[in-house]
Amino acid sequence: MLNQVLRLLEDDGRLTPAQIATMLNTSESEIEKLISKAEEGGLILKYKAVVNWDKLEEEQVWAIIEVKVTPQMKAGFDAIAERIYHFPEARTVMLVSGAYDFAVVVTARNLHEVSNFVTHKLAPIEGVQGTTTHFLLKRYKEDGVILNDSGDSRRQKVVL
Amino acid sequence: MAFNTKTQNKQQPDLISNRVSSIAPSGIRRFFDLLASMDDVISLGIGEPDYPTPYHVREAAISSIEKGYTNYTSNSGMPELRQELSVYLEKLYNLDYNPENQILVTVGVSEGMDLAARALLNPGDEVLIPDPCYVSYAPCVVLSGGQPVMIPTCEENRFEISAETVESLITDKTRAIILGYPANPTGAVMPREKLLEVAELACRHDLIVISDEIYSQLVYEGEHTCVATLPGMKDRTVFLGGFSKAYAMTGWRIGYAVANEHIIGAMTKIHQYTIMSAPTMSQVAAIEALKNGEESAAEMVADYDRRRLIMVKGLCDIGLSCFKPQGAFYAFPSVKNTGMTSEEFAQKLLIEEKVAVVPGNAFGRCGEGYVRCCYATSLKELHKALERMEAFINRYKARN
Repeated sequence: MLNQVLRLLEDDGRLTPAQIATMLNTSESEIEKLISKAEEGGLILKYKAVVNWDKLEEEQVWAIIEVKVTPQMKAGFDAIAERIYHFPEARTVMLVSGAYDFAVVVTARNLHEVSNFVTHKLAPIEGVQGTTTHFLLKRYKEDGVILNDSGDSRRQKVVL
Repeated sequence: MAFNTKTQNKQQPDLISNRVSSIAPSGIRRFFDLLASMDDVISLGIGEPDYPTPYHVREAAISSIEKGYTNYTSNSGMPELRQELSVYLEKLYNLDYNPENQILVTVGVSEGMDLAARALLNPGDEVLIPDPCYVSYAPCVVLSGGQPVMIPTCEENRFEISAETVESLITDKTRAIILGYPANPTGAVMPREKLLEVAELACRHDLIVISDEIYSQLVYEGEHTCVATLPGMKDRTVFLGGFSKAYAMTGWRIGYAVANEHIIGAMTKIHQYTIMSAPTMSQVAAIEALKNGEESAAEMVADYDRRRLIMVKGLCDIGLSCFKPQGAFYAFPSVKNTGMTSEEFAQKLLIEEKVAVVPGNAFGRCGEGYVRCCYATSLKELHKALERMEAFINRYKARN
């Protein structure tokens, strides 16, 4: 049940407990209980909108930065990750396998801000060996949503 | 209203055959013109999934086209598809059909129904058909020279047919019974024990059952019983199935018929002269759906179930009593307490609130007083439709 509730909310965070209860054939209070437990236990972290920023005229720059590091004694990767993720510019920070160690997604108002973040904040962190910055050119799919999907119905309005 | 004796084409009655003139166009189609001219309509009138076909299925077909698999296939369908179907039916129902001569790949269940009627009926043969039911059954029978005899069903009996009623309608001309469960438009599912009674009648009176089981995978409560699995029925059942509903493949026009080799042989004869073979790319897609489509189908079914519960509760909350559908993807609420006929209700709702539903009388006399609402549409749209319907009903309540 919890799994189904989480899946429904992950797809549409605005579903009400009453709606979810109807869909899963259970009581509203049962769903409310599950949701508050998930929220308190940190299973549900936050509810937010998936925004298509490209539709806004405002300039915004996204970058994915590969970060290669030398893990520190004892603390390993976590200590370096912590020093990176506290910067508000770092939207997402992940440890990954492969040619580099951290993938950091950064958003900023312009190129200058990104380069400022890399050269003045990220690169000087102790243990960071090098960075490669990829600027985002075009977004096609965001969190499971295809962005240029017109949403026009392909169906006839009435069929047999 | 699915069929009647109204004569169409009054200007040139001689041009069109009497048989075709004797059937009215589908009651659903009548809304088409009205709808086409309107914007911002929420349509609950569509009898198909709102999902596109799962991508892996589309991909399989695209790649077969790229490789140039664009020729006719064997009349009966690609051997691999018939083989897969045979495995599928064995696994699902423990039914043993020979892919060589007992399985025919058709252009949807629609073609299968037509072939079955044409293969089995002599002029004047009577065919028993549940009322209400899908709009094509009776016309298929009429076009094959047969005579449809409706089996009335009602909400009180959960739109199931009773053996007693069926028996009372059997004459020495009765040749076959058409069943379509899970049912369009009601969402009814025939429970096994009631189906057993009907099967027993079919055996006793030597009748063929043509069973349209296109919605067999869309069952949310109870269990679907495949007619051919009942004692004595495998040899006298024409089992029609397809991919349209469970795999969201309506536009591919692909289905299958299975029966004993004499019936399939006769149906294949018509099929090879009129169709040649079902579309090749659709057959490739069907193979992929059978082999790897189970998961995506299960996801869609789970989703329909959630929408079903939202729809039924929503309809009850706005004051329309609604039989709880157990299968397919239709709700069939009663509009009797509004004082309107099905058609009045559907027409006014469309014009005043821009919500399209299908009047129940399009599916037969027993559908009068009901409307069919397809809930295979996004939750957002369902909620919007329910809001508009509520406004509509409140307005009429206030007037009365």
